[in-house]
Amino acid sequence: MDFLTLVQILDSTIRLATPLLLACLAGLYSERSGIFDIGLEGKMLAAAFFSGAVAFQYDSVWIGLLAGIGASMTLSALHGAASITFRGNQLISGVAINFLAAGLTVVIAQDWFKQGGRTPPLEGPARFQPIDWPGAQAMRADFLAARAENPDHFSLSPIYFDLISGHTILVYIAILAVPATWWLLFRTRFGLRLRAVGENPEAVDTAGVSVIALRYAAVGICGILCGIAGAYLATALQAGFVKDMTAGRGFIALAALIFAKWRPVQALYATFLFGFLQAIALRPNAIEGLLGFKVQVQLLDALPYILTVVILAGFVGKAIPPRAGGEPYVKER
Amino acid sequence: MTLMQKFLSATAGLALTAGAALAEPAIIFDLGGKFDKSFNEAAFNGAQRWAEETGGTFREIEMQSEAQREQALRRFAESGANPVVMTGFAFGNVLSEVAPDYPDTRFAIIDMVVDAPNVRSVVFNEHEGSFLVGMMAGLQTQSNTVGFIGGMDIPLIRKFACGYAQGVQAANPDATVIANMTGTTPAAWNDPVKGGELTRAQISQGADVVYAAAGGTGVGVLQTAADEGIFSIGVDSNQNYLHPGSVLTSMLKRVDVAVYEAFTQGTDLETGINVMGLANYGVGVALDENNEAIVPYSTLAMVYDAADKIVAGEISVHDYMSDDSCPALDF
Repeated sequence: MDFLTLVQILDSTIRLATPLLLACLAGLYSERSGIFDIGLEGKMLAAAFFSGAVAFQYDSVWIGLLAGIGASMTLSALHGAASITFRGNQLISGVAINFLAAGLTVVIAQDWFKQGGRTPPLEGPARFQPIDWPGAQAMRADFLAARAENPDHFSLSPIYFDLISGHTILVYIAILAVPATWWLLFRTRFGLRLRAVGENPEAVDTAGVSVIALRYAAVGICGILCGIAGAYLATALQAGFVKDMTAGRGFIALAALIFAKWRPVQALYATFLFGFLQAIALRPNAIEGLLGFKVQVQLLDALPYILTVVILAGFVGKAIPPRAGGEPYVKER
Repeated sequence: MTLMQKFLSATAGLALTAGAALAEPAIIFDLGGKFDKSFNEAAFNGAQRWAEETGGTFREIEMQSEAQREQALRRFAESGANPVVMTGFAFGNVLSEVAPDYPDTRFAIIDMVVDAPNVRSVVFNEHEGSFLVGMMAGLQTQSNTVGFIGGMDIPLIRKFACGYAQGVQAANPDATVIANMTGTTPAAWNDPVKGGELTRAQISQGADVVYAAAGGTGVGVLQTAADEGIFSIGVDSNQNYLHPGSVLTSMLKRVDVAVYEAFTQGTDLETGINVMGLANYGVGVALDENNEAIVPYSTLAMVYDAADKIVAGEISVHDYMSDDSCPALDF
């Protein structure tokens, strides 16, 4: 595996890890506040559909993004109402949201566009375009010219023009969301309370802070992030919504959340590791060249889950979920 | 009491409609979904054509999970639908169990052989059609590297890949074929994001023509190919119109004809194995106003010549499913 291949695999990693990272951070807010959320998949799917559909309708990807976030937040509000206000079972509510999104998106798409549960292909301003960083194009041209003269030409410039430049704005937003989340959770009063409400809601309530409001806020942030993740799938990576297009990414994000032990910076590492595994699985030849023997693609696909089970089993550190997670808060018994 | 009567009359009404629906044909679409722009959609188009021409109606259901297969089959058979057509190899096991229970119902299964006296098995020579599009890819490529992206890793899809690789080699012995499968579960038919990423991976390895045999995943492959400015090849239905100028051609698999014929024959459906290949126009390449500008005449002449030779038996294309191996491609 040469340097250029590695850069291309890492480039692919960034694209594949971005939806995982956004969904993982979304789950982090929700679960840190004590609301388990296995409906990440459904929210992403709903956001993917509405962002694609509205972006097509108005020929503007930004309106599409807002619609995607709106759809995802609506489902978040539903999850919140079921599990915070009505103290229902959070897992059941999450499963319901997944089913609701899987069915509703296709039905609405069929009704609106009559294309069999998909949106028409998006073009031009209805899609997020890659952003070229200053000088990236010139560097690429230089590199290709030097490479044409001497095939062994080596330079670190692909790291800049391939890896760092040339992604859509949502990728950079996702990466910036990591330090922002860290700062919000660990350096602000809101973050302290949000973490406390997931560990010991009675204490927060005793201090005179509303448990209900905090949990709704966390679920709302979760909705925004899932909305961006869904919009990234439908309007940046692909050009339109296709039935079930999230393909289990919400669940891999949950696995990454456990792998990261509910911490933001570790969530970045975990999702990039999982994204890297997915990216390398796309190039069986590269692995064979590196290791000298053939690795089954299926094994690489399963690795995120295997790693999560290893972590859960306590072989590598201990993954302890927020203590009040999954428990609806009851003021007085 | 009145409530009870209402229930009774409702049941009677249902029974009546069931009686009237006797001998209505039925079709079951596989997990890719009725509108996958590809395999299942072709089947739907065939059924639709039959309905328009005869004025008849048909019943349909789209699978949502593996567990529904037997249930759907039995429900159609019991409600008197005849014949019952199903699209997809995955119905094979279920049908071989269900078919003997309904000896008066005729079944047709596409892409699989089920040996029962009341079953018509329609199989396609996908390797022949794939050979032809492989030739077009081999003639079109500038980089001498072409790609193949399959959906779920099953022998049937390997059959596509193997025929394609043989066609590429026949037209351009210097070309290499990169083959990838999207996954090993039915989700692989509906993951355009992964399809797009696989396409990018193949492009970075030098591929400039990519053939997608992946159902809904193929939509992502064709999209990325159009974004990156390379050629792609569609499958099953004519997908040339999706990205005119980028989709080089489509490997047609006339599932629509198979369904149309089954519906037309109705309750007298001829059973046994029905092979649809180049000779009886069951497979082929798509040429229309969307791609005539990008396919050179010389390429077409070679492809038609090869098609004639395959029909005449002068060229034999190896079928992966005959011995689970491929001379031109290593999986």
